[in-house]
Amino acid sequence: MTAGQPLAETAPILPLELDRVSFEAGGRRLIEEITLTFEAGPRTLILGPNGAGKSLLLRLCHGLLRPTTGRVIWRGPGAALGPGGPTRRQAMVFQRPVMLRRSAAANVAYALSVNGVRWKDRRALVGEALERVGLARLAERPARVLSAGEQQRLALARAWALQPEVLFLDEPTANLDPAASHAVERIINGFHQAGTKIVMTTHELGQARRLADEVLFLHWGRLVERSPADSFFTQPRTPEADAFVRGELLWPCAPPPEEA
Amino acid sequence: MDEIYAAAAAAFGLILDLDPDLGEIVVLSLRVSLTAVALATAIGLPLGAAIALFRFPGRRTMAVVLNALMGLPPVVVGLIVYLMLSRAGPFGVFGLLYTPGAMIVAQCLLIAPIIAALTRQVVEDLWAEYEEQLRSLGAGPGRAMATLLRDGRFSLVTVVLAGFGRASAEVGAVMIVGGNIDHLTRVMTTAIALETSKGNLALALGLGFILMTLALGVNAAAFVIKDVAQRRQG
Ligand SMILES: Nc1ncnc2c1ncn2[C@@H]1O[C@H](COP(=O)(O)OP(=O)(O)OP(=O)(O)O)[C@@H](O)[C@H]1O
Ligand SMILES: [Mg+2]
Repeated sequence: MTAGQPLAETAPILPLELDRVSFEAGGRRLIEEITLTFEAGPRTLILGPNGAGKSLLLRLCHGLLRPTTGRVIWRGPGAALGPGGPTRRQAMVFQRPVMLRRSAAANVAYALSVNGVRWKDRRALVGEALERVGLARLAERPARVLSAGEQQRLALARAWALQPEVLFLDEPTANLDPAASHAVERIINGFHQAGTKIVMTTHELGQARRLADEVLFLHWGRLVERSPADSFFTQPRTPEADAFVRGELLWPCAPPPEEA
Repeated sequence: MDEIYAAAAAAFGLILDLDPDLGEIVVLSLRVSLTAVALATAIGLPLGAAIALFRFPGRRTMAVVLNALMGLPPVVVGLIVYLMLSRAGPFGVFGLLYTPGAMIVAQCLLIAPIIAALTRQVVEDLWAEYEEQLRSLGAGPGRAMATLLRDGRFSLVTVVLAGFGRASAEVGAVMIVGGNIDHLTRVMTTAIALETSKGNLALALGLGFILMTLALGVNAAAFVIKDVAQRRQG
């Protein structure tokens, strides 16, 4: 790996293909035979009620979980470098990001160091990433005393410094106030403009409308619908998606997956 | 009562005069316990971290055994080390019995399981929190271990201090393998036991006071380190 080189110039790892991927835990099938392909470009938003399997799907894509059956395959020419687990070309921002017990700047520097960026190249990248998310002022603050919104932005800075080709985001604005949410959405769009493929979950419809180019709708671990954003919000093709878009709660009246 | 006051006064006299006999005993005690802690840390820290992080056959058994070994009675450790180091024992050729070396071995065996078991707990808790994030960032097992030891360092310092406290306070093992020989293997705990039984309360009390101060100091330091770290790092 050549440290400090813009990664966009290396061969892409996308598209990402899921081939009949399912996932079981505790004797329950939580993800049901999902087959789909993520292409570079459009911002993909994964929607679905609580417990639909959105976070699990992201973890499977990112390589943190191994599918029980089926395969997760990176089809791009750049993927041959590192099989399996998460590699440098993809990053993930978790629903609850974990900050190491060190300063905000050191948290970003750590991610770079793990990925082989040399010490003298890190400084500038760290500064730029913190600037990007508006945390330059708090660079020397211990990361774990930052507010939830600041930590979420720091997690984005950590991802930004890595210049990933694909960025998975798991409800990055949960628990944030509207101003902080907007700041985070702006940063996400910054990634998009820089050419990073965005795959993101949310259960906020307004946010999905603002950010989505295409929508994946999950329900009970199944991929129920995949549509371009415009048509998903105006004319959803499935009754479940229709109910969700109209803001009706799905889970109390829906059949459990065992009976389905 | 007067006798005790007199002894206490004499004890402080010994300490303030930097009595050479007392000084010798204190220095030997510290040398033995600090060396034992250093060795036990070198063994216990990586061992505990490895059991916490790596999946290998027999890992759970090792964790259970380590936790059980935390409760080893010092006299039994002393007896085992005695058997190992005695003329007829497997390590008899080294001639370590009744030397400070034997006491170091005994204390090390006593506290290495404590340090390993407590380290495993610290690292395992931290790993539960960090695992996905570190894997996502691309950290391999070696890097993950280094990160956990670094981020857990304040908790780990208190682990090591706990080991030191246990080593320096223990009598049974060093008594058996060291023999409490004057000017050679006499440490604070064995000296207190002997001087008390001889009725030499002044020296016993003086040493007791130093030992107690040391123990309290170590515990206070452990608490302060953790507290400060908590406040600073969140
Ligand atoms: N390790 C596990 N063992 C057993 N069940 C699990 C495990 N992980 C997740 N689940 C279950 O799988 C289902 C989907 O979980 P997931 O976290 O993907 O939901 P989600 O769509 O992200 O929900 P939310 O909107 O609340 O974040 C839930 O019912 C959850 O309880
Ligand atoms: Mg989730």
